[in-house]
Amino acid sequence: MNILIVDDFSTMRRIIKNLLRDLGFTNTEEADDGSTALPILQKGGIDFLVTDWNMPKMTGIDLLKAVRADASLEGLPILMVTAEAKREQIIEAAQAGVNGYVVKPFTAAVLEEKIEKIFERVDAG
Amino acid sequence: MSRLTDTHSHENYMQDLSKATELLAEKIAEGDSSEINELIDSIKDTRDKGLYNEIGKLTRALHDAISEFHIDAYLDDSDKKEMSTISDATDRLSYVMNLTDSAANRTMDMVEASLPIAQEIGTETDTLKKEWQRLGNRETSYEEFGSLYKNMGDFLEANETRVNSLQENLTNILMAQDYQDLTGQVIKRVMTLVQDVETSLVSLVKLAGNLEAVTGIDAGEESQKSTPALEEMGIFPTKNEEFVDGQDDVDDLLSSLGF
Repeated sequence: MNILIVDDFSTMRRIIKNLLRDLGFTNTEEADDGSTALPILQKGGIDFLVTDWNMPKMTGIDLLKAVRADASLEGLPILMVTAEAKREQIIEAAQAGVNGYVVKPFTAAVLEEKIEKIFERVDAG
Repeated sequence: MSRLTDTHSHENYMQDLSKATELLAEKIAEGDSSEINELIDSIKDTRDKGLYNEIGKLTRALHDAISEFHIDAYLDDSDKKEMSTISDATDRLSYVMNLTDSAANRTMDMVEASLPIAQEIGTETDTLKKEWQRLGNRETSYEEFGSLYKNMGDFLEANETRVNSLQENLTNILMAQDYQDLTGQVIKRVMTLVQDVETSLVSLVKLAGNLEAVTGIDAGEESQKSTPALEEMGIFPTKNEEFVDGQDDVDDLLSSLGF
């Protein structure tokens, strides 16, 4: 299981990386915004995407839309981990095809629960 | 964002002043005292108008810089209009202070909770190590061996709980570092404000320098401080219908959307 973590703050990438490692996911890659993440995704081999919303150049929502628009990536599970807490943003992300939405600050338990839920649905689907 | 980059009106003002002073020099040479007085009055009026004009522009630029403080580069026009809650730069910096304070305390709480566990493990390890060495040297009696066996069992069992506590505390320390991301976003926005204000102040200093050069007086205007209303960003939520209130709210919203 290869996971791509996209966040412009390296501390947040490190936190998520450590939490994922605790959950048994040791293969992670990192990108600091959508524009650097997209080529990594298009190259192939990423099974799960964790992305922030608010990033320079290409935001998380634009990345989400770009991934869903790409035939080779449209089934990729995506978890948004972000400080953006407006209802309409969450609705926008849901409509764009996000698989889970976690608001910062979050706890390790919440991240674990959302990831498990996403994989349950992916496995069931 | 409007800035004091337009020097067109300032150039006009300088031209008016230089024309009037040339004329004044002529009239002084001619000795026409009534024309001289009129010209001096008109120079004074021009200077005052130029000064008020520039100060007006500066005030507007400062106000714009502050009121656009909330706007992020990544937001489009529709987002800008829809941010509605009021806050100010001081609130933002208080938020940074509160977050760093809470992160430091959370970290220290976890360290304080972990240190005694590490000490317990250390002390018990020392005792068991000595008993273990005596066992290796065949110095242990049958009764002592029974007690060693029990102590070792207790130690291993206690360690299960201790290791869980230590892991939990370390994860909490890790999570406490999320303040860097959250405060970093606020600080970035404050930096943009400071840069905008700095640009405006540089323009004021330039204007003041020009005025001094022409009029020969000190531009000692006192600027009035205002505390304009600022719009808020999503990162800094207060109770507001537009924003969700924590992860439970996000989950409710998503499940209402069929998630």
